[in-house]
Amino acid sequence: MKYTSEHEYVKIEGDIGTIGISEHAQNQLGDIVFVELPEVGKSFSKGDEIAVIESVKAASELYAPISGIITQINEQLDIDPALVNSSPEDKGWIFKIKLSNASELDELMDEEAYASHIG
Amino acid sequence: MSMNSTGRPTSANQQNKVNAAALLPDEPLLFEVGRLDSSGVDLPEVQIDNSFLGGFERQEKLQLHGLSEPETMRHYVRLSRLNISIDASIYPLGSCTMKHNPRLNEQMARLNGFANIHPLQPINTVQGALEMIEQLADWLMKLTNTPAISMSPKAGAHGELCGMMAIKAAHDANGQSERNIVLVPESAHGTNPATAAFLGYQVRSIKANENGTVDVSAVIEAMDENVAAIMLTNPNTCGLFEPDIIKIADAIHDAGAYFYCDGANFNAIMGIVCPGDLGIDAMHINLHKTFSTPHGGGGPGAGPVVLSEALAPFAPVPFIKKGGDNITLVEHVEDSQSLGRLTAFHGQTGMFIRSLSFILSHGIDGIEQVAKDAVLNANYVKVKLEGEFSLPFGNQHTMHEVLFDDSFLAGTGVTTLDFAKAMIDEGFHPMTMYFPLVVQGAMLIEPTESESKYSLDNFCQKMLELAKDAKVGNVERFTNAPMRAPRNRIDETLAARKPILKWVKEE
Amino acid sequence: MRYLPHSDNERQQMLNSIGIDCVDELFASIPKSAIKQGQFDLPNHKGEFLVAQHLGDLAKKNLSANDVPFFIGAGAYHHHVPASVDHLIQRSEWLTAYTPYQPEISQGTLQALFEFQTQVATLMGMDIANASMYDGSTATAEAALMAKRITRRKKIILSGGLHPQYRDVVHTYLDNGKDLITLDSTPDGQGDISSQIDEQTAAIIVQTPDYFGSLRDVKQLADAAHEKGALLIVVITEIISLGLLEAPGNLGADIVVAEGQSLGNSLNFGGPYLGLLATRAKFTRQLPGRLCGQTIDSAGRRSYTLTLSTREQHIRREKATSNICTNAGLCALAFSIHLTLLGGTGLTKLAKLNHKMARELANELQKNPNIKLLNNSFFNEMVVRLPKAAEQIVNNLANKNILAGMPLSRLEPDNRQVENLLILAATELTSSKDIKTLCQALREELL
Repeated sequence: MKYTSEHEYVKIEGDIGTIGISEHAQNQLGDIVFVELPEVGKSFSKGDEIAVIESVKAASELYAPISGIITQINEQLDIDPALVNSSPEDKGWIFKIKLSNASELDELMDEEAYASHIG
Repeated sequence: MSMNSTGRPTSANQQNKVNAAALLPDEPLLFEVGRLDSSGVDLPEVQIDNSFLGGFERQEKLQLHGLSEPETMRHYVRLSRLNISIDASIYPLGSCTMKHNPRLNEQMARLNGFANIHPLQPINTVQGALEMIEQLADWLMKLTNTPAISMSPKAGAHGELCGMMAIKAAHDANGQSERNIVLVPESAHGTNPATAAFLGYQVRSIKANENGTVDVSAVIEAMDENVAAIMLTNPNTCGLFEPDIIKIADAIHDAGAYFYCDGANFNAIMGIVCPGDLGIDAMHINLHKTFSTPHGGGGPGAGPVVLSEALAPFAPVPFIKKGGDNITLVEHVEDSQSLGRLTAFHGQTGMFIRSLSFILSHGIDGIEQVAKDAVLNANYVKVKLEGEFSLPFGNQHTMHEVLFDDSFLAGTGVTTLDFAKAMIDEGFHPMTMYFPLVVQGAMLIEPTESESKYSLDNFCQKMLELAKDAKVGNVERFTNAPMRAPRNRIDETLAARKPILKWVKEE
Repeated sequence: MRYLPHSDNERQQMLNSIGIDCVDELFASIPKSAIKQGQFDLPNHKGEFLVAQHLGDLAKKNLSANDVPFFIGAGAYHHHVPASVDHLIQRSEWLTAYTPYQPEISQGTLQALFEFQTQVATLMGMDIANASMYDGSTATAEAALMAKRITRRKKIILSGGLHPQYRDVVHTYLDNGKDLITLDSTPDGQGDISSQIDEQTAAIIVQTPDYFGSLRDVKQLADAAHEKGALLIVVITEIISLGLLEAPGNLGADIVVAEGQSLGNSLNFGGPYLGLLATRAKFTRQLPGRLCGQTIDSAGRRSYTLTLSTREQHIRREKATSNICTNAGLCALAFSIHLTLLGGTGLTKLAKLNHKMARELANELQKNPNIKLLNNSFFNEMVVRLPKAAEQIVNNLANKNILAGMPLSRLEPDNRQVENLLILAATELTSSKDIKTLCQALREELL
């Protein structure tokens, strides 16, 4: 599991990265009411705005932590966006991406570094 | 249990403290109390032949519920009683200027010669209406010391759109179309960046200084040849007059950009400061704030925009022209540089009548007194509360509204929201919360000139009691609030997660 | 000053509490050069009856639709508003409440909005409606922007039958008509819309009954739009027509916008009115404007609240779906109360009565061989061709206290083809006697 300073995580399995927001981030956002998901098949560069997570009083953009093509989105979130609150790093994953540049992973934080980042 | 002589209980049960619940019963939905074949209007049953309806008639009966007149009265009167209103309570919503709405205004707007005239009647049959608009326009231009006005914007945000479109049109006309940045202070109303973005501008945020105002140096630093305009609220949303405003206007103009002023807070300075003297190029005036047209549960508003000489040629149609004995209405762009048309017809005439009625009633002497009393009231609230509440920008005089932050609640477990909901239990509408965004847990209180000293004393006393109660740890009074309103805390999360936006008949 | 509560004595007490001598000290943060110097050239305050006299005199200079035979429509209509509607909306709790941001003490406004949304959606045959907008013209422009967001396409096609001022508003909102195709305005047809629709088209915008009063085939237009993946936006300026005519939602419209003035709201010289906007459930998050939704309170009771506000400017700021901040709350309430009084049966009766009077008007006009009716279909409004310029005739009749309709040249002064055309509307307030008076006066003018 790798993290960005913007509180996204990337879970790597082969050349596929599963992306969501950290436990810390869900806690900060409060009750999540809607996740605007990206389109499958679309390619993104690192840093692009890729999804929007809405709580009652705030809308937060999610930026692509790595470059690649969207292979899958968590359609369950359309029905139950609260999964991002209850299980952010498991059932509340947001999308999967096929990595186009694995070296970008080196720029991300490991769990320990992220823990100290959020202090 | 204490019993009186006839055996009835007389002591109030602690749990039954819900005030006057018997007079505030829940009202079913129209669709539960109404019937599909019911009507409260007598109309003749006429036969029509369908030869001119092109075959487009309804195939099925219209499934709309109706009520007789007595049932209609009851439904809407009962619903109304679930609302708080300015007539019933202080409504200290910062930046919203919830002042008294004189009933003379309502009567004037309903005069036959105003309420029942059509916007497209021949011009010589509506001279009185045009004269009325012209008189209001004249007052607004004189109060702001500006040479031009567009009366058509339907609300404040529409006025912003109008002013910013005029700025864009002016840049286009001057061959400056590449200017693509608008400067907006972080404390701005949300409509400002939304309006700028709507017109394709990038928003560049400007930070406030430690006093809660914008330094001219911060503006100059953010300035480059791509800046089209600045959007600045004055007095700003922290309730402070921008001391550098004239220098900011000069800096903006030196760089070839324009100055849009958000006039939401004009109530604080009218009759004392003319925004035109500060160097603004455009400013909308919220008639529903400053000039007392009723908010009506969320509209209608009205947002005329005053314009500088530089922007006047770009004003939208229609506008009024006075020539000789007659007033004419220019309704078409033709060869002019006008930015176009922002609405059908001529704007919120019904609101203009109400505003002019307010203005004539006050006169210039009364208008100046309005500003002074509004500012006096805000400062009075400030000195009464500052012992228990926390001021984010130090102890300075404020304009028409006073801003506190939530640091006085630190460690109490009570949030600004909880505090606001507890105010409801004391019979008040809460102040504006969490705005402006530059202050942590903001509480923005605008009493307006309409509140008496008695009302302010009562409000402040209850506010102090609440603050003390929060500090001594009586947390449940806040986190469970409101307990004495028609509803307890409402689940906004559920509403957003599973939107139910209309009534559906249960199968 | 009757609206200001403080006595001078109280003002002084308050200044003492603040610790200053004079209220001017509170304005000390304002630079000296910013303070107004000298006197305003404006009068001082006036008592209530003086203001009433002043405004009453101005009102008397206008010719009221209530006082003369009246036939003007073209986007605003002269209908009867039941007495109870105006009484109810003047209650303090409706009139002087703010936007219901505190739902616990605003359930009245919120439930009324929820009922309004339901009524509008039902009337239009759509899944959802918002809590109202400024008026029909701005709602049309917002619908065009919404269609662009949904389809991520650029091109918008305006039918020639769209009200010219609506057309101009859309033009202004869409960056001076960028990617906007505007078909010619003629009473004979709406232009060949179908041939203009392509894969870049976000939406076509069609008014029915159109500006000339004619009814349009919504189903056919919906099919043509959908074939290319575009949306159909239907515009209605006379909402009473839906008492008789099929709901656009049942004919394939994707977004329906309307001017709601005809229900509950007086003519008011053009405002305030209310815009209606309804659409399919799948486009909910692209809707502009306020929405009210059902939820529960902490005691589990059914409750209402503004919702999905992340679409709006005060949260999204520069990423909002629109810069709109207000709706037309009180006008929407008047609309809703009037519709409640009517019910479905009443609205249908009212629509039939409007159509009947319009047919009578058309029949009487056509008895004059110099007047030619141009519509093959209409609800309560029609265009006729006169043998000479319509504007002069309308002005002459106005001098005889007859408001005879609107010359098309009023809205399109440059279009010579419409110079002789007059648009007239009839409503339930039009009497047979009014029609006879008009026709007699026209006969005299056209001798």
